[in-house]
Amino acid sequence: MSDPNQPLRRTPLHALHVELGAKLVPFAGYDMPVQYPMGILSEHQHTRAAAGLFDVSHMGQVRLTGKGGASVAKALEALVPADIQALTPGQMRYTQFTNEKGGILDDLMVANTGDHLMLVVNASSKEADAAHLHRHLSQSCAIEELSTRALIALQGPKAAEVLGRFAPQCQAMHFMNAAFLTIDGITCYATRSGYTGEDGYEISMPGDAAERLTRRLLAEPEVKPIGLGARDSLRLEAGLCLYGNDIDQTTTPVEAALTWSIGKRRRSEGGFVGADVILRQLKDGAPRRLIGIQPEGRAPVRAHAEIQDRSGRRIGEVTSGGFGPTANGPVAMGYVASASAAPGTDLQVIVRDKALPARVAPLPFVPHRYHRG
Amino acid sequence: MGTLKFTEEHEWIKIEGDTGTVGITTYAQEQLGDVVYVELPAVGKQVEKGKEMAVVESVKAASEVYAPVSGAILAVNDKLTAEPATVNAEPMAGGWFVKIKLSKLAELDGLMDEAAYNKYLKGLH
Repeated sequence: MSDPNQPLRRTPLHALHVELGAKLVPFAGYDMPVQYPMGILSEHQHTRAAAGLFDVSHMGQVRLTGKGGASVAKALEALVPADIQALTPGQMRYTQFTNEKGGILDDLMVANTGDHLMLVVNASSKEADAAHLHRHLSQSCAIEELSTRALIALQGPKAAEVLGRFAPQCQAMHFMNAAFLTIDGITCYATRSGYTGEDGYEISMPGDAAERLTRRLLAEPEVKPIGLGARDSLRLEAGLCLYGNDIDQTTTPVEAALTWSIGKRRRSEGGFVGADVILRQLKDGAPRRLIGIQPEGRAPVRAHAEIQDRSGRRIGEVTSGGFGPTANGPVAMGYVASASAAPGTDLQVIVRDKALPARVAPLPFVPHRYHRG
Repeated sequence: MGTLKFTEEHEWIKIEGDTGTVGITTYAQEQLGDVVYVELPAVGKQVEKGKEMAVVESVKAASEVYAPVSGAILAVNDKLTAEPATVNAEPMAGGWFVKIKLSKLAELDGLMDEAAYNKYLKGLH
């Protein structure tokens, strides 16, 4: 977690954010752009309509390499429930670091580059994740935190066309593919992924090349810089969990409706931290479940609002919520008792001491538009 | 014409006789960002100076709007319910929130005039 007494850290793109007129706020210990002069609503809509460029360099990038012929994929599987050994070179997968109680220490992306694994973890957990990796994997793996590298996300229906002008081979990639791309003479590691529900890429690059490459991309007419404010409304509409809000050390992947990310082989074999709890929940069900919440009126419903059934009995709490610009209305996510988790179930949410009618909505609120080929 | 006064919480009130039209300032809407929802009080409701009178929500967060004076709500701006972005577009005019019939005219003495408010804003930076 970030220490309020420490000076805020800056990404390699900080000076560019200032130049672009960004409103900067502290986020996970970094001075980050929450919005640019265009404003959150327009930035959100621009990303869904064309292409948005996000600085996500605050996130942790970790290179994991097997030592002395040890299988790095097999080693990492001790800490995550995904099938990492099945990842072929050029493939990426979403997973979670779990704890003994089946809770989530962090969620992350794992890509197989061919001779090592590339991990992308959350900014707020990256130090703890590195310590966790060192504690459990230092015998079998070399663990390198790539703290000088930058990471940008290019997201939206025009992302492939734009990036294709610099690196045409990016257009042959499918969702969750990963590849080394040369962009303007710089070797980058790109994945066709993101956290907006749109097609797009996350591009890892040397920090000292980041401003130049970012300027090149921003010079394309379809591309606008997008801040953390729109990143949050985009991911919420896409039904994607935000670590620290929707998932944390007390929520399991089963409760968080992330069972799709648990490998089939891992379900029978186990062998990851907290497997006893998670495998039991997979079999018998979890006591609570993350759901989409569609409020009936126009009032936004925000994190920590109490969720009740229509008789006024408390059944859970909102974990993320706000106004969805594409959904054109309030959208939220939260946990409820599993008996009340079916889409269409009537709920009410307490906002400013008033019970607002709502119902359980299927996620995502806005359909994903990933390029699955 | 009427007299324009301001609060430290960035509400404005335009006074004509014993009626005040209330909204939030240009500075306030800039700080909030895109307004997506406004909750207004019922007509006839008694409001008290400094107490919550309305709620304005941007994409980012919900904020309270405080009554700059005490009195009864005479009218509310229903346009904000259908088009909350009016608060961003015309904060000092078409984006007004409520009209209040003032019950304590002396409360106006504690509010800032435009010059004092502008000076107050400079002190915030």
